Amino acid sequence: MVMSDAFWIILTGSLVAATSGLLGCFLVLRKMALVGDAISHAVLPGIAIAFLISGSRSSVPMLLGAAAFGLFCTVLIEVFSKRARVQEDAAIGISFTWLFAIGVILITFFADKVDLDQECVLYGEIAFVGFETWLGIPVAVWTLGVLLIFILAMIGLGYKGLFITTFDPEYATTLGISVAGWHYLLMSSVSVTTVFTFESVGAILVVAFLIIPAATAYLLTHKLKTMLLLATLIGITSSILGYYLALWLNASISGSMVVVLGVLFIVALAVSRGKRMQISAFS
Amino acid sequence: MVLLGIASSTIGTFAFLRKRSLTGDAVAHSVLPGVCLAFLIFQTRNLWVLLGGAFVTGWLSILFVDLITSKSRIKPDAAIGIALSFFFAIGIVLLTYIQQTGLPGQSGLNNFLLGKAAAMAPEDIRTMSLVSIVIVGTVAVFFQPFRLLSFDPDFAKATGMPVRFYETLLTTLTVLAVAAGIQAVGVVLMAAMLITPPAAARFWTNKLGVMILLSVLFGVAGGILGAYVSFANNKMPTGPWVVTMTSLLVVASILFAPGKGVFSRWWKKRQYRNKVQRENLLKALYHLEEATPGKQWFGLPEIMEKRPDLSDALAGQLRQLQRNGMIEQSQNKYAVTPEGMTEGKRIVRIHRLWEMYLTEKMNIASDHVHEDAEAIEHIITPELEERLAALLDYPEKDPHNKEIPW
Repeated sequence: MVMSDAFWIILTGSLVAATSGLLGCFLVLRKMALVGDAISHAVLPGIAIAFLISGSRSSVPMLLGAAAFGLFCTVLIEVFSKRARVQEDAAIGISFTWLFAIGVILITFFADKVDLDQECVLYGEIAFVGFETWLGIPVAVWTLGVLLIFILAMIGLGYKGLFITTFDPEYATTLGISVAGWHYLLMSSVSVTTVFTFESVGAILVVAFLIIPAATAYLLTHKLKTMLLLATLIGITSSILGYYLALWLNASISGSMVVVLGVLFIVALAVSRGKRMQISAFS
Repeated sequence: MVLLGIASSTIGTFAFLRKRSLTGDAVAHSVLPGVCLAFLIFQTRNLWVLLGGAFVTGWLSILFVDLITSKSRIKPDAAIGIALSFFFAIGIVLLTYIQQTGLPGQSGLNNFLLGKAAAMAPEDIRTMSLVSIVIVGTVAVFFQPFRLLSFDPDFAKATGMPVRFYETLLTTLTVLAVAAGIQAVGVVLMAAMLITPPAAARFWTNKLGVMILLSVLFGVAGGILGAYVSFANNKMPTGPWVVTMTSLLVVASILFAPGKGVFSRWWKKRQYRNKVQRENLLKALYHLEEATPGKQWFGLPEIMEKRPDLSDALAGQLRQLQRNGMIEQSQNKYAVTPEGMTEGKRIVRIHRLWEMYLTEKMNIASDHVHEDAEAIEHIITPELEERLAALLDYPEKDPHNKEIPW
């Protein structure tokens, strides 16, 4: 069975968008959108170190390295803001720019040993997704598919825990549910997702996929389940439209996907404004 | 790098104080589409043209964030995330579009992503100098209103100050600093130039003027150290090293700054704990003398029985008290000197006065007041003690019918 490149690229984009969109919903609701931003930058040194040690682009060491640094970044933010009493926005800013700087240093310093392209790290290349295949299906689709199933399982099984710790952490504590436990589970999922997706969309645009679909869905509904569903659908739509936009402009595919996401967000903003004005006109 | 350090640290201080540190990040990402658009429209690499483009989209991104937060229920943090990734994506689409058009002179545009300080031409440096002068000059002229705006925007509004105008001015300066610096250090690290130096400076002072100066100092120091590393080993990129050095300065400030630093706080806590332990010890000795009139020499077991909680620190604190001349030692027995007696009496007096105050004036049951008095006895100053005593009309006995020693 031979599928066209376009199909695989759109599928990869959709998988990326769906996975990060689902996680993004929780980040947006927990007012931690920028922690997602921070993590996606902070995994860079982890990826570089894993590369250096294992000498390969295979996923397992990269995954471990990145997840470790993603978690390290959240811990660093906590230490800066709680222990050292730096105000939170600055704590986030310092942590991720520093880790990102270290990552860039590592990559440029070991450039001859590390086959990691700076630009690829920054904005990824989803177009090459069809190059490596296994059983006729691109490797990226396999890994992202497994990741999506994993995340879906986590949300499905842990729905109650995530729900309660997101909306009412104090109540959760009185019920004996570990707020910190769910927090770190979510953070490690974000780190892992970032690693899996960064090769296709790059470190910075992961943020877009994490935040924008979730925020758009947030504008349109008050229910968590609907929000999760909408975020996924919005992500997939943007991946399809973005591909054709990129084809038309002959420009970066992942960049185009995010541009579509942004446009969808603006439309949702206008729609929700219109709705609210209607309501206020009637009341 | 030094110039950039001055400009971004100055303006970053205000962003920090207004808790807008991450707007700098959003602006930094958002200048990319401006640079690309300016290049596409005017087909030139002239720095002024590109800066103009960067300036426009940087500004637009801030307006976009404001629009989202004011017109919807999306929180500012998510709004910043949306703005920065959306604008950045547009930038990347344009950049990749430009790359395949084959227009002349497009190769240098990549530098805006990661920055290349070494690749800066003399003209770039002239531009940087001009921008720095403008920023520092404006801050110097409008120092007072900016200060008011940063610390108490509501009051500023109430006094009829044109808040919008000054806010816009501050934002404009931020965008200007980012637009000018982005070529040297790149998108992500530009944000660090704005955020990190003020965060370090905040640990050393509570005064705005001093904070700006320190922030500039840290920014410049980070700039020089970072530039030195990349100069010494030319495989090393400048921007990331500058950020790493400045971050290390933050860590150093967190640890060692007097007053707010970790060590300083730890030291103060320790000092206070020691003082409390010594005072408790003297109090225990006073109680022992009170209970057995005439007897003056007490052994370790007796003291330990009185304050079992102090047993770990007992030997050390006894030695310290001895050095202070509060107690004497002879053959493993301890006696209180007259000075020690006065001090012990003072503590016991405050303790009992406070118990009296709580039962008499606050109507708290007499069996509930001891714990509170245990804590307050180490804090009350002689002046407060005097007022307390006067208020209670110099009582003779405390609520537990124990004598209040004068």
